[in-house]
Amino acid sequence: MAERLRLTGIGKHFGAIRALHAVSLSIEEGQVLGLMGDNGAGKSTLVKIIAGNFRPSEGEIHLDGEMRDFHHPRDAQNAGIEIVYQDLALCDNLTAASNVFLGRELKRRTGPVRIIDYKTMHRRAGELFAQLKSETRPRDIVRKMSGGQRQAVAIARTLLADAKVVLMDEPTAAISVRQVAEVLELIRRLRDRGITVILISHRMPDVFAVSDRIAVLRRGELVADKATIDSSPEEVTGLITGAIESA
Amino acid sequence: MNTTLEQAIGQSQHRSLLSRIMSYQVFWVFLAALIACVTLSLVTDTFATERNLFNVTRNFAFVAIIAIGMTTVIASGGIDLSVGASVVLSAVVVGMVMAAGYPFWLAAAAAIGAVLLVGFVNGILIAYVGMPPFVVTLGMLSFARSIALVLSNNKMIYEFGPDQDLLLWIGGGSTFGIPHPLIVMVILAFVMGFVFKWTAWGQHVFAIGGNENAAILTGIPVPMVKVSVYMFSAFTAGITGILMAGWLGGVTTNLGTAMELTVIAAAVIGGANLAGGEGSAFGAVIGALLIEVIRNSLILLGISTFWQGAFIGSFIVLAVAFDRIQKLRGQE
Ligand SMILES: Nc1ncnc2c1ncn2[C@@H]1O[C@H](COP(=O)(O)OP(=O)(O)OP(=O)(O)O)[C@@H](O)[C@H]1O
Ligand SMILES: [Mg+2]
Repeated sequence: MAERLRLTGIGKHFGAIRALHAVSLSIEEGQVLGLMGDNGAGKSTLVKIIAGNFRPSEGEIHLDGEMRDFHHPRDAQNAGIEIVYQDLALCDNLTAASNVFLGRELKRRTGPVRIIDYKTMHRRAGELFAQLKSETRPRDIVRKMSGGQRQAVAIARTLLADAKVVLMDEPTAAISVRQVAEVLELIRRLRDRGITVILISHRMPDVFAVSDRIAVLRRGELVADKATIDSSPEEVTGLITGAIESA
Repeated sequence: MNTTLEQAIGQSQHRSLLSRIMSYQVFWVFLAALIACVTLSLVTDTFATERNLFNVTRNFAFVAIIAIGMTTVIASGGIDLSVGASVVLSAVVVGMVMAAGYPFWLAAAAAIGAVLLVGFVNGILIAYVGMPPFVVTLGMLSFARSIALVLSNNKMIYEFGPDQDLLLWIGGGSTFGIPHPLIVMVILAFVMGFVFKWTAWGQHVFAIGGNENAAILTGIPVPMVKVSVYMFSAFTAGITGILMAGWLGGVTTNLGTAMELTVIAAAVIGGANLAGGEGSAFGAVIGALLIEVIRNSLILLGISTFWQGAFIGSFIVLAVAFDRIQKLRGQE
């Protein structure tokens, strides 16, 4: 299959802190990469660089063979990269539909002004939630939602954009077991559509359940990148803690 | 299976209208103001007079206009303590430019320009330099009021040049019996009620107040929106300054003193959440109305107006308590 995303020698400094150092990775179309590592290993930082939230201090990003330099999350969005954040990045005070469309509200013209087209937004969001088999209602305020419903809202954002790459930072951290199964099922559905998924998770069973490959970061460095079937939870644990140097 | 899910979704959208309305703080505040008005017209024979109502509506319009701007700032998660200073700055500028013989429109443009600059500086320091709104606007309160003193040399302005009559008519006059400040307030409330709900800018203001981080991550131009919010708040104060100059027929440098407190109180009583993300233009108007009705009733009932602060303070705490109760109920 075709290469979708290639990272070469990515490094990132926050002042004196070296969050990432010389990370190189290549991911294909329709592949799910499990990205693992201890707290502070640099997983979120790497994903935020791909999503255009940070610019790397060193290194290059190629998407579909083309070099990309994102200055802004919107650049990455326009290129087909969507991110589901660890903290879900939802506005609790807005409705599910408003959150799905936040920053790219649909507009319609009435007279001289362009106003938000709530009707279409509610219908589209409803369709997306139905695709996700989620009971989330477009008009409900996010504050009152369950962890799984919030997850659906965050994931619906990526479906809306018809993404090529979906980055998920701890999507299963805040939800119940049944909902975890739903999210994993959803990740498979994204993959079946040819979407490349990078899944950050601390939960070993989740990663082994859905990922084709596993990459491990330790203190900002990539210490492993291999097919899931060639690895084991024991090996990955060793890689995360440093008991195993690299694989 | 599918139909039952959709049915369930459909049903829960039809939560009874009454219970929805009752969950709005604005509704209760409106009720309180209404009860106060009715009681006053029954108990006193001075409240429901044309003269008194004219005064009440005009007074509350000044607070309400700025409270709409303040609600915008609060909804974005900020606060603007410099509005009272912007009022006096605007009034002094309009007065001095007119006194120098320039036409009203030019003077008004200069006044609005001055306060927009105030809002712009506030916004830049808050959004781009990352300083806390409380500190920045507190500093600006002092700075802008001082500039107003310097410009006027602390002298009262009561000669407004060739367009004097126009200024007095705009601020103090009425059309179809409705005082002009009230007309401005109604227009502003409708426009902003519309803008909050139906424009991307309005949505973004509330998104920033709800979760600034999320707003940044979704690519909303957060700093620009914040600057615009502080400029808008200053703009409402500037408009009020011009109207007040015309209404009073003179400008003294104590104009707008401590007005920021009344305005914030009006916004909060009207449902603006100081934690950000909530508030409405209608609420701001109702909050301002309640405060003015209380003030007026104390005067008419012959109670010392020193009590006003106690009432307003209690209402603020009540409003916030109401909000807490709603949140706790929502968590169940
Ligand atoms: N905006 C920032 N400014 C300064 N330092 C940062 C910033 N973001 C991350 N860091 C630092 O970079 C390092 C990597 O952080 P990162 O959030 O990428 O870790 P992580 O692997 O996602 O951890 P976790 O599992 O806890 O989410 C940490 O030392 C963190 O403190
Ligand atoms: Mg992280």
